[in-house]
Amino acid sequence: MALLNIRNLSVEFATGGGSFRAVDGVDVTVDGGEVLAIVGESGSGKSVSMLAAMGLLPWTATVTADELSFDGRDLRDLSASARRKVIGREISMIFQEPMSSLNPCFTVGFQIREALKQHLKLDSSARKKRALELMEMVGIPAPEKRLTAFPHQLSGGMNQRVMIAMAIACDPKLLIADEPTTALDVTIQAQILDLLTGLQRDTGMGLILITHDMGVVAETAHRVAVQYAGWKVEDQPVETLFDTPHHPYTAALLAALPERATERRLPTIPGVVPGQFDRPQGCLFSPRCAHADDLCRSTVPPVQSAALGRARCHYPLSVPAKEKVQ
Amino acid sequence: MSGPVVTARNLSRHYESGGGMFKERQVVRALSEASFSIQPGKTLAIVGESGCGKSTLARLITLIEEPTAGDFTINGVEAVPENWDSLRTQVQIVFQDPYGSLNLRHRVGAIIEEPLKIKRPDISAADRADKAREMMAMVGLRPEHYDRFPHMFSGGQRQRIAIARALILEPKLLVLDEPVSALDLSIQSQVLNLLLDLQQSMDLAYLFISHDLSVVRHVADDVVVMYLGRPVERGSKEAVFSAPRHPYTVALLSATPSADPARVRKRIKLEGELPSPLAIPDGCPFAPRCWKAQDRCRAERPLLDDADHAAACFYPENPDDTA
Repeated sequence: MALLNIRNLSVEFATGGGSFRAVDGVDVTVDGGEVLAIVGESGSGKSVSMLAAMGLLPWTATVTADELSFDGRDLRDLSASARRKVIGREISMIFQEPMSSLNPCFTVGFQIREALKQHLKLDSSARKKRALELMEMVGIPAPEKRLTAFPHQLSGGMNQRVMIAMAIACDPKLLIADEPTTALDVTIQAQILDLLTGLQRDTGMGLILITHDMGVVAETAHRVAVQYAGWKVEDQPVETLFDTPHHPYTAALLAALPERATERRLPTIPGVVPGQFDRPQGCLFSPRCAHADDLCRSTVPPVQSAALGRARCHYPLSVPAKEKVQ
Repeated sequence: MSGPVVTARNLSRHYESGGGMFKERQVVRALSEASFSIQPGKTLAIVGESGCGKSTLARLITLIEEPTAGDFTINGVEAVPENWDSLRTQVQIVFQDPYGSLNLRHRVGAIIEEPLKIKRPDISAADRADKAREMMAMVGLRPEHYDRFPHMFSGGQRQRIAIARALILEPKLLVLDEPVSALDLSIQSQVLNLLLDLQQSMDLAYLFISHDLSVVRHVADDVVVMYLGRPVERGSKEAVFSAPRHPYTVALLSATPSADPARVRKRIKLEGELPSPLAIPDGCPFAPRCWKAQDRCRAERPLLDDADHAAACFYPENPDDTA
């Protein structure tokens, strides 16, 4: 059974201009020990869907789902206090900007111990020992000295390590990393990604990596979900996604990568991601899609089979020969 | 055949910081001894991580700040403060963040016209508007956008506005300070194509500053890799990417994730982080993180010579390659 199982998740925000559907009918499943990457451009709903699963969205959001279960428990009808026992302990999250997610008024040691105090029955000295151990696990040099440092005294990469230490403090079963390396330099990014995948392998936890960087996806993920404008448009193992994308959006996105370019001019996707007031009828990608026809512009496409990457498309690409006959 | 658009020799910019009653003033060596030249119609990419001095270099070349040492020429004219006023029509800049670099209270037309208003007061208002509309068409903005405000545009379109504003004075050199790193992937390729088209049609020289090696590999003709304020490797794009010499370049290339899950990773893990620019080590600045460092590296600073493909390293990688 899957560790996290989300079916038909939708999130609507009440805004001044009416309600806005940020996430629309998204399914997410992660098994223990699996690395799932959720990729998409800004506004694709990749962060919002995970925040919704953790119940961290503000009151303006309405979350609906047919199923939202973690480790066999239904997260939908959990009380706030029961939810807090799960969030931060069994599911934890790290964010993009380590500098702004740490409290500047407390030492990083205090902040790591706070996570332990909140969730585990450890006494003060045991917490101290565990904090030191965690700092060592995430590869911070001279951890005794750094425990008493404030976030502003550490670099971005070190702060992200502290965030990771806090997130894994209670041995979570699932770690959600929301753009964990976007704010960091490439050499530091490589260190942090190695750390995350190493911890994931050692502890056997599930890891959801939210990112927009196709390179990061290719190097770390086992399975990839591609989101576009609140829809999940494709879901495939990483090897096959990069070779045979089935949704035209995934194909266009991969073609637009400069490193895959064969000519001086890059292939582009015309237009922009639809916003609140210009959502098209039918397929959301149809105004930018090279393959779209009248059916795409009028009817919401179905989700194809797993063999076709669960592509949400009327005309998926690279259909295997035997499926065409049926 | 005209000469290079920019020639820089040993450009340096040091800042003094701190200091007080009981503290000595400290010197931040943001940029030291950068030399390069750019031919018309060519792109020189400056690559490096945060704190390597690439944005300081942009500020010097766009005549925002004076170098503390070294000199450079733009179109053969010495770039000293007395000449700044006339040279500023020849160098323009596009900044990284199109959300921060456009005045939200000005209409697009006014934003694009402003450089003309300041630098070419002889042009009448009607001609200015014509020129601005022409420029808007060139960068792919529609005529009706003229009267709109920046908040009505997406990031990619804002970057087009910033490019139009930079090009309205018909400069010879465009400094692009991370022009696409704030944009989504599908928009990034549109802007890169636009830049390539404009370069061809206007014979522009680009100083392209970026940390994204896959973008640099696509647009650059020549590459300068910087580390802690110093150029550590300089060469043609082909030479730097296929046979990098400086260990830092090798590490940077190996750390850049590739969008190919089948690629066998041979990642060189760099230990530690960038030292503070206040305390740049003696000897080679990269020595504390380098896996090849010897005693000589820690004692003596290797220099960048004038070769076509040069690396400031005593023990370079790929030494046999003379390309």
